[in-house]
Amino acid sequence: MCDHTFVAITFGPCDSCTLNKPLMNIYLQNEPVNYCSLCVEMMACQGLTQGENLASLKAESEGLKLRLEEERAKLHDVELHQAAEKVEPLGQLVTKARRSLKGHGNKVLCTDWCRDKRRLVSSSQVTEHAVTMPCTWVMACAYAPSGCAIACGGLDNKCSVYPLSLDKNENLSAKKKSVAMHTNYLSACSFTNSDMQILTSSGDGTCALWDVESGQLLQSFHGHSADVLSLDLAPSETGNTFVSGGCDKKANVWDMRSGQNIQSFETHESDINSVKYYPSGDAFATGSDDATCRLYDLRADREVAIYSKESIIFGASSVDFSISGRLLFAGYNDYTINVWDVLKGTRVSILFGHENRVSTVRVSPDGTAFCSGSWDHTLRVRTGRYLSLSDTHTHTHTHTHSLT
Amino acid sequence: MTIKLIRDHGQHYRPRMACLKKVEALVIEMQDPKSGVKSFEQKRNATSIPHVIAGQDITAWITSHMTVDAQEAQALGTMLVAYGFIYPLQDPKTLILRPDGSLYRCQTPYFWPAQKWKAQDTDYAIYLAKRNIRKKGILDQYEQERYRKLHKWLNHKWDFIVNQAKEQTRAGKARMKSDRVVFSYQERAYWIVHRPPPQTHSAMDYGVDRLIDPNAEEVKGEAYTLIWCRVPSVLLIVLLSCSSSLVKHTMTYQSHDPFLTPCLPSNPWQTDDDTYWALNMPDVDLPTKMTVERWSYGFYELLRDPRGRADFRLFLKKEFSGENLAFWEAAEELKWGAASAISEKAETIFKTFLAPGAPCWINIDGRTMGLTVKGLQHPHRHVLDAAQNHIFMLMKKDTFYRYLKSPVYKDIQKKAISPAPHNFTDAQLEQNARNRKPGLYPSVTWQRQQKEKVRTTTLIDIKKLMANKLDRQ
Repeated sequence: MCDHTFVAITFGPCDSCTLNKPLMNIYLQNEPVNYCSLCVEMMACQGLTQGENLASLKAESEGLKLRLEEERAKLHDVELHQAAEKVEPLGQLVTKARRSLKGHGNKVLCTDWCRDKRRLVSSSQVTEHAVTMPCTWVMACAYAPSGCAIACGGLDNKCSVYPLSLDKNENLSAKKKSVAMHTNYLSACSFTNSDMQILTSSGDGTCALWDVESGQLLQSFHGHSADVLSLDLAPSETGNTFVSGGCDKKANVWDMRSGQNIQSFETHESDINSVKYYPSGDAFATGSDDATCRLYDLRADREVAIYSKESIIFGASSVDFSISGRLLFAGYNDYTINVWDVLKGTRVSILFGHENRVSTVRVSPDGTAFCSGSWDHTLRVRTGRYLSLSDTHTHTHTHTHSLT
Repeated sequence: MTIKLIRDHGQHYRPRMACLKKVEALVIEMQDPKSGVKSFEQKRNATSIPHVIAGQDITAWITSHMTVDAQEAQALGTMLVAYGFIYPLQDPKTLILRPDGSLYRCQTPYFWPAQKWKAQDTDYAIYLAKRNIRKKGILDQYEQERYRKLHKWLNHKWDFIVNQAKEQTRAGKARMKSDRVVFSYQERAYWIVHRPPPQTHSAMDYGVDRLIDPNAEEVKGEAYTLIWCRVPSVLLIVLLSCSSSLVKHTMTYQSHDPFLTPCLPSNPWQTDDDTYWALNMPDVDLPTKMTVERWSYGFYELLRDPRGRADFRLFLKKEFSGENLAFWEAAEELKWGAASAISEKAETIFKTFLAPGAPCWINIDGRTMGLTVKGLQHPHRHVLDAAQNHIFMLMKKDTFYRYLKSPVYKDIQKKAISPAPHNFTDAQLEQNARNRKPGLYPSVTWQRQQKEKVRTTTLIDIKKLMANKLDRQ
C-alpha cells in the first residue's frame, strides 16, 4: 500500500525563463509556481513583477540603449574627418630614438613625466625606480606636480607616496607613506593639481580620491561593473572631472565633487586599457583590447572617430596625445607604436624597436619627446618631426604607406 | 592538495583576448587552398611533411592581403609565430618569422591558444614524461629541471601522469609515421609557446589576472544600465559644431607642437642643448615669442603658465585689482590642499577677501557672497567654488581682454625673445652629448617658487593697503 506522498516537480522547464533547470516550488500571490533559483533570486532582489524575467529586462535594456543612441544621433553634427578636410595632411615622419633607458631588470609597467619636462619615473614588475616595494607588480606610478614626491602602487592594493630627496643614498622606503587602500590591485594613480591629493583606480571596480597627508578617503566613485584599468584628469579650467576606462568596455566621466557618473560611453568591443584627455579637455581618446583607439567628444556626447586598421589585430595598451592634439601615439601589444592623425583618422606611421609589449606611452609635458616603456625592460625616448607633404615629394624614396 | 598562494587577491580570471578570434580568422584564410599561402611537401628524415610554407611566402601573402609594407608584414607574421598559430620547423625555439626560405607550418586548431583556459601543468608533465619515455636524455636542461619540480608538486598524481604518457605513446605508435612526426612537431611548438625556454618570453603572458570574470553573464550590469537609462538624460542643444572646435584647437596649437613644427632654438632631446628648457623656465625674465603668443589663446593658458600668471599679476597691480587673482589662487590652494588645513585657510581667506572692510575685498554679487559666507561656517573643500567661478568668469570675460590690449602685454610682446635656430655641426653635437648634465632638482625649483610666491603676495597686500589708505584720504 503506497502512501500519498506529495508530488512536486523538482526539475524541468522554469515558469519564467523556460529553461530546463532544478526548480524551486514557491507561491507568488497565492499561486503555486515553479521558478528556477536564478529567477527566484532576480525576483526577490529586484522586485520583478510576474511576467518579467532576465530575458525581458535585457530586451528592455537593449531597447532603451537604442533609443539613447537615436537621441544622440539627432545631435549629430559634422563628422570629424569631414570638418578636417581642409587641413593639410601630414607627410612622412622622421623619427629617432634619443635615449634608451635600460635600468630596469624587469618589465616596465608604467611611466610618468615630471613637470620639469626632463625627468621620468617608471615602475616595473619587481622593483621600482630606486625603490624596492614589497609587492611583485607595481602597475601605477605618478610624479607629483612639484616634483618632490612620487606615488606608486600595484598588487599590494595600496598607493604609497615617497617623498624624493636630493640625497641619492637615502633609503626612500623609510619615508614611505601609505595613502590609498583598495580591496584589489591598484591599476592607475594620478596626483591632482597639487601634491596633496591622489586619484586612484582599482581592480575592485572603483576609483577614489584621497588626501595624502591624512590618508583619508575624500570621495569614491562607483559605477564600473568590472576592473577599472586607467584614469585621466581633465586639463580644463574647471578641473573637476576625470575619465576612467575599465574591463566592462565602458569609459565613464565623473564629477570629482559629487562622485557622480556624468557621462558614459560604451562603444568598444573589449576592455579599455587606457584613456587620455584631448589637450583642450573637450574630448578624450581610449585604447582598447579590441585593437582600436576611439575619440569621444564630451559635448557631442558620442564617439567621433575610430582609429583602426585591418592589419592591427593586437590590443592597444596605452595612448597619449601630442601637445596640439594632432597626433595620437598608441602603444600596442604587438610590440609596435602606431601614430595616428587625430583629425583625419589615418595612421601616419608605425614605429618598431621594442622586443616585447609596449606597456606605456607618454608624451613629455612640453611635447618635445615621448617615452615608450615596454616589457622588454627598456624605456625609449623618441623625438620626431613630420615633414610637410611638399618636402616629402622631393625625396626619391617616398613612403606612400604612411598616408594610408 | 591545493596550494594557496600567499597573495591571493581574488583575481582569477584571464583578461579578454579579443585578438585571438581575429588571428584565427586570418590563419584560416591563410590556409585556404585557393587564395591562401601556397604550401608544399617537405622531405625530412625519410618522411614527408605536408603543408609546409616558407617564410617569404607568408610575408608576401600578408603584404598583399592586408595592403601593408614588408616590415609591418614581418612584424605581424612574427606575432603569429609568437602566439603559436604558425610554428617554425627549423629553429623551433626562436619564435620569429624569417622572411626567407625558412619552413613553417600552420598549427592545428587543437593547439591554438585559448583565452578560457590555461595550459595545465598536468598536461605539461604528461608531455615531458612522454618525451622522457621515448628516449631518455632528450629533455633539455631547463626541461629536466621543470620535470623534477613538477614531480614534486604533482606527486599525488604521478601514477596517473605516467600512465597517460604511456597510453598516449602507445596510441601514437598505431598511427602512420608522418602523422606521428607532425603531431610531435605540433605538440612541441605548443609547449614552447606556453612554457617558454628561459631567457625568452611567451606571447601568452598577459600580466595580471582580472577580478571580474570577463566571460560571465553580466546580470548585475544589465540591471544597473536599466536604472541609468530610465533617468531622463539632459540633452544639450549643441549650437557650435564640436568637430570644428576640435579642428580649430589643433590648428591653433599646431605651431607649438614640437612634432609638427621644429621648436626654437632646438629640441633638447635632439641636440643635447638645454637652451629651449632654460628659456621656458617659470622664473625666466624674458619669455619667448611663442610663449607670449600662447598666452593670448585663452585665459586658462595664461594662468596655467607661471610666467604668464606673473605678467598678468603685474598688469593687475597697475590696475589695483590684484585681489581677484589673489582670491582665485587662494581658492585653488584651498581646493587642492591638505584636508587638515581647510578650516585654517578658509578663515584666512574670509578675513582677507570676504569680510566687510577686508584689505582685499572682492566684488561679487550679494547672493554668491551670502552663500559663501554661510558655507564658511562649516568649511569644506568646495565651499568657495561658487565665488571662485564668479571671479574666474569676471577675469576671463573682462580683465583678460583688457590685459591683451594693455601696454604691459604689448611691452612683453616686443621684448620677447625669438631665438634663432641652432645649427650644430656633428662635432658640436658630440660635444653637447658629452656635456650633458641633469637639470636642477625639481624640489629646488619648487622651493624657489614658493619663496617667490610668498614675496609677491605680501607685496600686493601692502601696496593695496597703502592705496586704500590714500583713496580714503
